[in-house]
Order: sequence, then C-alpha cells, then structure tokens
Amino acid sequence: MQQLTTTLLTGLTLGAVFSAFALALVMIWRSTRIVNFAQAPMAMVTTYVALVLIDAGASYWVGFVAALLSGFVLGAVIERVVVRHVEGKAELNAVILTLGLFIVLHAAAALVFGSRFRSFPAPFGVRGLTVGDSTIPLTGFGIFTLVSVLVVMGLLVALFRGTDIGLRMRAAAFGPEVARLLGVKVGRMLTLGWALASVVGSLSGLLIAGGGLVHPGYMDSVVVYGFVAAVLGGLESPGGAVVGGLSLGLTLSVVSGYVGSEVVPLAALLVLVVVLLVRPGGLFSTVHERRV
Amino acid sequence: MLDVRDLTTTYGAVRALDGVTFTAPQGRITAVLGANGAGKTTLLRTLSGLVPAASGSARLGDTDLLTTPAEEMTRAGLAHVPEGRGVIAQLTVEENLRLGALGARGGGRKADLDRVTDLFPVLGERRHQVAHTLSGGERQMLVIARALLADPAILLLDEPSLGLAPRIVTQIFDLLRGLVDDDGLTVVLVEQNARSALSISDVGLVLDLGKVVVHDDAAVLVDDATLRHAYLGF
Repeated sequence: MQQLTTTLLTGLTLGAVFSAFALALVMIWRSTRIVNFAQAPMAMVTTYVALVLIDAGASYWVGFVAALLSGFVLGAVIERVVVRHVEGKAELNAVILTLGLFIVLHAAAALVFGSRFRSFPAPFGVRGLTVGDSTIPLTGFGIFTLVSVLVVMGLLVALFRGTDIGLRMRAAAFGPEVARLLGVKVGRMLTLGWALASVVGSLSGLLIAGGGLVHPGYMDSVVVYGFVAAVLGGLESPGGAVVGGLSLGLTLSVVSGYVGSEVVPLAALLVLVVVLLVRPGGLFSTVHERRV
Repeated sequence: MLDVRDLTTTYGAVRALDGVTFTAPQGRITAVLGANGAGKTTLLRTLSGLVPAASGSARLGDTDLLTTPAEEMTRAGLAHVPEGRGVIAQLTVEENLRLGALGARGGGRKADLDRVTDLFPVLGERRHQVAHTLSGGERQMLVIARALLADPAILLLDEPSLGLAPRIVTQIFDLLRGLVDDDGLTVVLVEQNARSALSISDVGLVLDLGKVVVHDDAAVLVDDATLRHAYLGF
C-alpha cells in the first residue's frame, strides 16, 4: 500500500512537470506548426539564469521569477530573430532549425556556465510530510510542483479564453490571414505565443531541477517525455497535453516502481508507438474538417 | 469613395491586374465580374494589402491603401471578406464576432453585437457554438456580420454566393442591399454569379485578363446581350 501511494504521488508530480513541458510544445505547435526541439535547452538556459543569481546570494524566489522572465525574453527573441524565417515554409526546415538551436544552446551553455554538475536548491523540503507517526510520500516540493503547474495552466486558460489578447492570439494561430484582415497583428501574436510557451517550458525546467543537479544536458530526457505526452494528448489540445503529461507520469512511475527504473525510457517509447498505432490523432483527437 | 487608378499587380511575369482604373461610389454596390483568372480576387487582395501592388494608386477617402498594411485596414475603414467563407472554424460564433469588433475604428461596442444578431438572428441562437458546426449559409452570414462589426466605410466581398443555395444567396444579397440603402455602406462585390450580382448592384465592372473591359451602370450591362454573352455567361 505504501509503495502504491508513493508510486502514484511520484507519478503525479512527475506528470505535472511533463504536462507543463508538453503544454509548451503544444502552444508552439498550434500557433506556428513547429515542433520545438529546442524547448529543453531553452528551459536549461533559463534554469542556469536562476542558478547564477541564487549562487550570487539572491533568494530562490528571485531566481525563480528571473528564470521565468528570461524564458519570456528568450522565447520572444528566438521566434523573432531565428524562427520567423522558417514559419510557413517546408516543415523539415523548422525541424532542422530547432534541432540546430538545440545543439547551439547546449554548446553555448557549456561555454558560459561550464558543463559540470551543479546542485540546484528547492524552496520546500524534499522529504515526505509526517502526519501523526506515518510518513506521507508527498514532499513539500511535490506540492509546490503540482500547485505551480495548476496555477500556470489556470492563468493560461484565463488568458486565452477570457481576454481580448488571448482571442487575438488564438485567431492568429488558427487563421492568420483572416486575423490580419480583422486587424490582428499576427506577427506580434506569434512572438507572444513563443514567449509564453517558453515561460511554461522554463517552469518545467525549474521544477525538474529543484533539489537535484543541473548540467547542460539535464533537460534532454524531458524533451522525449514531454513530446510523448504532447502526442498522447493530440499535439493540438492544451487540455490533452495536461492529461497526456499526467497519464505518462503515472505510467512511467508505475513501471519504475514495479518493473525497474532502467526500463522507463523504453516504456515511454512503447507508449508513443502504441498511441501512434491505435490513435494517431492522440487520445482526444477530434474530427477534422476536410476541404475539397 | 474608393478611387483606383492604373493599378497593376504582378505574380512573377504574369500581370494579374493590368492598369485597372475605376471608382466605387459611396453608398453604392459595385459588382466586379469576369471569368476565372480575370483578376477579381487579386483586385480585392491588392486593395486590402494582402498582395503588394506593382504600380498605380488606390485611395479610400484620404487613406492611401497601397501603403497601409493589411492589419491596419479595418481601422482605415476597409473590411475584406475573403473567398471561401473565412470563418475561424475553431472559435465560437461569438468569438468570431468579438474579433470583428476588436478591429473596429471606434474600438468595438456591445450594442453593435446586438445589432448584428438582430440582422442575423441565427447567429444569436448559435453564439456559443464552434463555427465549424455552422452550415455554409450561416458561415457566410457570420463573416459578413463580423466584417460589419468593424464598422467599415467600404466592404469588399469575394464570392459570397459560392456554394450556397439560391434561396440563401437571395437572402444575403437582399440584406446587403438593405445595408447599402439604409446605412450608406459602400460595397465592392466580386461574383461569378453575374446575374444575381447585377440584380442588386448599381455599377458593374467586367475584368478580362486583368484589364477593365466594361465599366457601366448595372442596368446597362444587363440589357446588353452581346456583352452578357461575351463576358457574363447568361
């Protein structure tokens, strides 16, 4: 029983991080039809921004906010300067470009921050909470992870559903030409979309790093899991990304707890293959309009 | 008033518009007719800034349309409803309408949303439905309503009758005529369906291979059998 709760709670927190990362991928895919492989090193770079500040004596929270802000700026700059040139072009161009960015950011981070392992603090305890004389395997940092992912998602839903700017962003993503004719500055909306996605990616980077070790490649496995989660959710749907992330987190945690942690990457791959074979549009695929 | 002079648009070596000159008088419907590939859609796309002009001029009142970017057009008073019922299918009816109001010159007012749902009651009934669930006729109503919410001085409509049942076409055309007569809206109506278009238009313009070959009162075009046979197919 104890092992089951541990497994499920670990899976849930891990899943929340995958959800955030998958959400970042989905936001960029929806607006620019680009799979952003550079999302992982982008989040890595912003985590280093936090780490540099914290090592210089700033509090965790200053580092946290600085990382999210630098994520916003990094996302906007990358879209504006680099990605703008491949938007609407052949899909392969964008794939090669984001893979190239992946390598460039890696190399740059190793040069600037060094490639050794550095420990990253957590704002809350990473030990299980004690209630009475039994220990619940939910850590303070685990709760913080779940809450921060939920808060960010709530804010995004409020932005996209409830505000004019969110409406403009969705219009720019779904119908760029029509949106322009209705007075929407489409280019600006796409930049904003990348910036916000990059903030969400940065959050997942901070949460993965919390209480652990950071090095230029520490996010690389997350891009795989985040991508599987996004495909699980259908790549189109933000809600799907969240559910996909949580289910993948739970699945992998169960596999890790009952089969062995060494087969976790294999299990993720298996999930991906099964989804692509059985429901290639993802768990929540809807019928798409066809034009003749 | 829309004043177009010597407008030329090229796609590579092809002159899609070749020295087009006409005026679309205020409070009138100008029908732009002609065969496929005559340059009708290119004319509208050039006017609204989606396609750059090679030379010539196009002015709407004091605004030089050729130097105004597409995303500034609604604020300049020009609304363009593109061909193929440009609803944003993933958004709800209400969100599509709100989007139209956001681009309005005055910033968009709640009262206007009520006004268009009075004009198109079906849109009011379906305001929370996702737009891809609408029928073809409803989509055409939605894009016209959305364009009207921007409070335009001039409305460019590209093939609004495409694929619609004749009864729906009549309904939409009657409504357009009403807007022009009651509110002084100026309309440039691109149509394949020359007979229906001329029946509600004041002026007709026939394009052939990017050039204006006829520009006259709609009634004159309807009465001229040679012209009808040569260019309009009825």
